[in-house]
Amino acid sequence: MSAPSSTSTVPSAGAPGGRRRLARGALAAAAIAYVALLLLLPLIGIVVRAFEPGLSIVGDTLSRPEVTHAFLLTAIITLITIVVTTFFGLVVAWVLVRQRFIGRSFLNAVVDLPFALSPVTVGLAAVLLFGTGGWLTDFFMARGIQVLFALPSMILVTTFICIPFTIREVVPVLEEFGLDEEDAARTLGASIWQTFRMVTLPNIRWALLYGIALTTARAIGEIGAVLIVSGTIAGLTETATIYIFTALEERLVAQAHVVALVLALTSILVLVAIEWLHRRNEKARSNA
Amino acid sequence: MSMPIKVEGLTKHFGSFEAVQDVTFTAAAGSITALLGPSGSGKSTVLRMIAGLEQPTAGRIWMGDDELTAKSVQERAVGFVFQHYALFRHMNVADNVAFGLRVRKEEKASRDARVKELLELVQMTHFAHRYPDQLSGGQRQRIALARALAPRPRVLLLDEPFGALDAKVRQDLRRWLDELHRELGVTSLLVTHDQEEALELANQVVVMHEGRVEQAGAPADVYNDPATAFVAGFVGAANVLHGHVVHGHVHLGTFQVPGADHLEEGAAVAAYVRPHDVRVTEEETGVRGRIERMATLGWLARLSIKLSGGETLVAHVPHDELGGAKEGDEVWVDLRSPKAFGIESDSAGSAASADPVNGQGVTSPVA
Amino acid sequence: MSGAAQTVGIRSVPVRSKDRTGAALRHLGLRGAALIYLGAMVLVPIAAIVTKGFGDGLTSFRTALAVPGAWPAIRLTLLTSAVATLINAVMGTLLAWVLVRYRFPGRRVLSAVVDLPMAIPTLVTGLMLLTLYGPNSPIGQALEGVGLRVAFTSIGILLALCVVTLPLVVRQVQPVLLELDPAEEEAASTLGAGAWFSFRKVVFPAIRPAIVGGGLLTFARCIGEFGSVVLISGNLAGKTLTAPVFIFQLANQFRPAEAASIATLMFAISFVLVLVTARLLARRAEA
Repeated sequence: MSAPSSTSTVPSAGAPGGRRRLARGALAAAAIAYVALLLLLPLIGIVVRAFEPGLSIVGDTLSRPEVTHAFLLTAIITLITIVVTTFFGLVVAWVLVRQRFIGRSFLNAVVDLPFALSPVTVGLAAVLLFGTGGWLTDFFMARGIQVLFALPSMILVTTFICIPFTIREVVPVLEEFGLDEEDAARTLGASIWQTFRMVTLPNIRWALLYGIALTTARAIGEIGAVLIVSGTIAGLTETATIYIFTALEERLVAQAHVVALVLALTSILVLVAIEWLHRRNEKARSNA
Repeated sequence: MSMPIKVEGLTKHFGSFEAVQDVTFTAAAGSITALLGPSGSGKSTVLRMIAGLEQPTAGRIWMGDDELTAKSVQERAVGFVFQHYALFRHMNVADNVAFGLRVRKEEKASRDARVKELLELVQMTHFAHRYPDQLSGGQRQRIALARALAPRPRVLLLDEPFGALDAKVRQDLRRWLDELHRELGVTSLLVTHDQEEALELANQVVVMHEGRVEQAGAPADVYNDPATAFVAGFVGAANVLHGHVVHGHVHLGTFQVPGADHLEEGAAVAAYVRPHDVRVTEEETGVRGRIERMATLGWLARLSIKLSGGETLVAHVPHDELGGAKEGDEVWVDLRSPKAFGIESDSAGSAASADPVNGQGVTSPVA
Repeated sequence: MSGAAQTVGIRSVPVRSKDRTGAALRHLGLRGAALIYLGAMVLVPIAAIVTKGFGDGLTSFRTALAVPGAWPAIRLTLLTSAVATLINAVMGTLLAWVLVRYRFPGRRVLSAVVDLPMAIPTLVTGLMLLTLYGPNSPIGQALEGVGLRVAFTSIGILLALCVVTLPLVVRQVQPVLLELDPAEEEAASTLGAGAWFSFRKVVFPAIRPAIVGGGLLTFARCIGEFGSVVLISGNLAGKTLTAPVFIFQLANQFRPAEAASIATLMFAISFVLVLVTARLLARRAEA
C-alpha cells in the first residue's frame, strides 16, 4: 500500500500523513513493550523483593561466611576461566586466521561445539570422565587429585562453556585487519613478539575485551554444569549461583534475592564498563 | 648509504602455480628501478621476496656483498611502502613514523628529532597528532614513506605506492617522489602497472609478464627498442598490423613496411607502430587512407584512419603537420619505425590477445 | 644498463637460516597448542558423552526413550523451543528494525537492555520471572484470576526461553540492516511500492539469512537451557519437566547411562543446527 502522501518519495523521510507515523509508533511501542514485559519488569521485581525485608538483609546476607565463600569460589573459577580462555583463545584465533592447513575448517567447527551442548550435558561429561569408572578417574586418583565434586572439575566445565566467546569475537576482527600492518611492522624491524604486542594486540583489543566481558558474565552465571559436578557441598563447593539454588530450596528467599542481585549487577557492570571504555577511547581519538 | 640490489634466478611457486620464474636483474646503487607489468605478472611477489615477506622457491638475493636470501625480514633492514599504506591505525602519525626506531630501542630524544626531520621532509609536520583515518590517501602514503625511511633503510621498496590514489594526486606524488629520491639517493625498487609512471621515474625498467622478465633496460631503450612483442604492446601505445615477411619487409596486403630482416622469409608477423610514428603527408609515400574521425588533444590531433586494405590505425599528429586535412579526407599515410615480431612464439601470441579485434587498436592511450 | 648479473653459482634451494627454522617451528607450535587445547577441552568430553550415550548403538536411544518421563520431557523441550524461536524471530527482527531505523528518546537504553540477558545469570533470570509472575506476587495472582497461570506451566518455560534468547536474533539482524543500502528501498518507493511491500520484497530477502541464523542459534540455546527454566517450570514429571532438567535429575540419581543417551540425542539435534548456522553465516559473510 502506498502512503497517502504522494509527494514523499523517500520512505525514511517520513510522510506527513498520520497513518505512517501511527504505524511507526505502534511498531516502536510493541518492541518496547515486549522488552519491558520480558526484562524490565522482572528486573524491577527482583530489586523490590531483595530490599523488601529492609536494607539490613543486604548486610546480613553478605556477611554470612557461606555467602562470602560462595562469592570467593565464583571469583576464583571466573578468573581462571578468563585467563585460560583468553590465552588459548588468542592462540586458536590466530591459528585459524593466519594459518592454512588441513583440518582448519574442522578446528573452526570444533570452536562452536560448546554452543551446541546443554550445560547440563557438559556437567554430565565431566561425571563420565572423572566419576566412578571414568576414562580419567584412575589417572587422577593415583596422583591424589580430587577432580569431581571439587574445584578442578568446576573450572573445567566453566572453561568448556566459555571457550567460543573470545575466539568468536576476535576472529572476524583479525580477519578484517589483514596482514598488511603486521608485514609493515616486520619490515620496520619488529620481532614477532613486538609485532603482536605493538600492532596486532592493539587492533583486536576491543574485540578481546568484549569477549572477556561475555566470558566473565557467563562464568559468573553458570549453574547447570557446575551444579552437577560440584556435589553441592555447602561451604566447600558452593558457588554464588549454587548458593541461590540451595537457598531457595531451604526457603531462604530473601538471601537468594540479595545474592542474585549482586551477581546480576556485577555482570552488568562488567559489560557497561567495557562499553564505556570503548566509547571514551573513540572520543579521545576523534578529539586529537 | 646506498647499495645495489641483485637478484638471480629468483623463482616462486605457490603450489603448482608458477608466480615467478627465474628472474634476474641488478638495480644500481642510488637508482630507481621500476618493475613494470600487468597485474598477476609476479612483480609484487619479486618485491616481497626481496623484502623477505615471501620465501623464494629458488634463487638468491644480494644487497651489495651481503646475501639476504636466508635472512629474516627484520635483518634485511629494507624500507617497504605498501599499496594500501598499511599505517598502524591505532597510532597517530608521529607514532607511526617512530615505530621502526622504537623497536630498535632508540632513545626518545633522537627518535623525536628523527620524526620531526622526516615529517618536515614529507611536509606533514602539522599532522603529527592526527590518526591515519583522518588523513587523505595522498597524505597517508607520504606518512607511509616517512615511516619506511625513518630507520634509514639501505634500500626502499615501493609496492604500487600510488595505485590506490586518484589521477591528480598520483601525478603530484610522482613528481614529489622524484625530487625526494634525487635528494636522498637511496636505491629504490618501484613496482607498478602504470608504464607512464615507470618511464617517468625510473633509471631502469624491468618489464615482467607471466612471472618472467621480458626486458630490462633504460626507459628509452625499452620504449624505442622493445625486445618482445609483449613489451612493444605494453610499454607505450601501439597499432598492431598483421602480415608476413617478404624480402626482409613486412608485407601487409596493399603495402609493406621495413624492419623484418631478422625474421625468416614467409613467417607470419605482427608489426607494432606507435601512434606518433604514423604520419599524414601530401607526398605520395606509404599507403592511402581515409580520416574517419578526428579529435583534438590540445596541440595534437588524434586521428582514426582507415587504410585502403581495411585496417584502422590510430595516429597522433601535431595540428601544424596536418596541412588542413579534415575528417573524411583521403590522405597518404607513412608508417615510421615499425617493430616486427614473429607471431609463432608465446609472447607474440599473448601480445596479440591484448589487442582489440582485427589488429588495429591502440593498447593504451598516450597522455 | 641491461641488468645482466655476474655469474655466481646458483643454488637451487635457499639456505634455511636458524631464524627461518625458528619461525616455522613457532607456527607449528602454535598450531599444536590450538589443536591440543580444543581437542582436550572440547572433543574429549563430547566423546565421553557420545560413547556412553551410544553404548549399545542405536538401541540405546530406544532405552533412553523408554525411561519413564523421557519422551514427554523431550517433546516439551522441542515444542517450547520451537515456539520461543518463532516468537523471538519475529520480535527480534522487529526490535532490530526499530533500533536501526527509528530515532526516539530512550533508543540507546533500549539497545542496552536488549543485551542484558547476556549479562544476567540465567538462574537469576529464572528467579526474576518467578518473583514477578509467581503465586506470591500480585501480578501472578492477578493473572491467575483471569485464568492465566505462568509459574510452573509451559507458559513459564516459554517466557524464560524468550528472555534468555532475546539478544540472539536482534544481534544477527541489526548489523545487516545497518549495512543495507537505503537507496534500494528508495528506488522501490519511487517505483510506487508501499512501505510494507518494499519491506517484504527488498529488506526481508536481505535479512532472511540473519533471521534464520539467529533463529537456529536461539533454538540450539533453548533446547539446552537449564538455569532460567529450572525454577519457573516446577519440574513436574510428564508435565513441566524439560529434557535438560531431566538429564540433571538422572545424573543426580546416579543413572549416568540413561542421562548420557538423552543428552546425546539432544546434542545431535543442536549439533546439526549449529553446523547449519555456521554454513549460513559463512555464506552471508561471502555475499
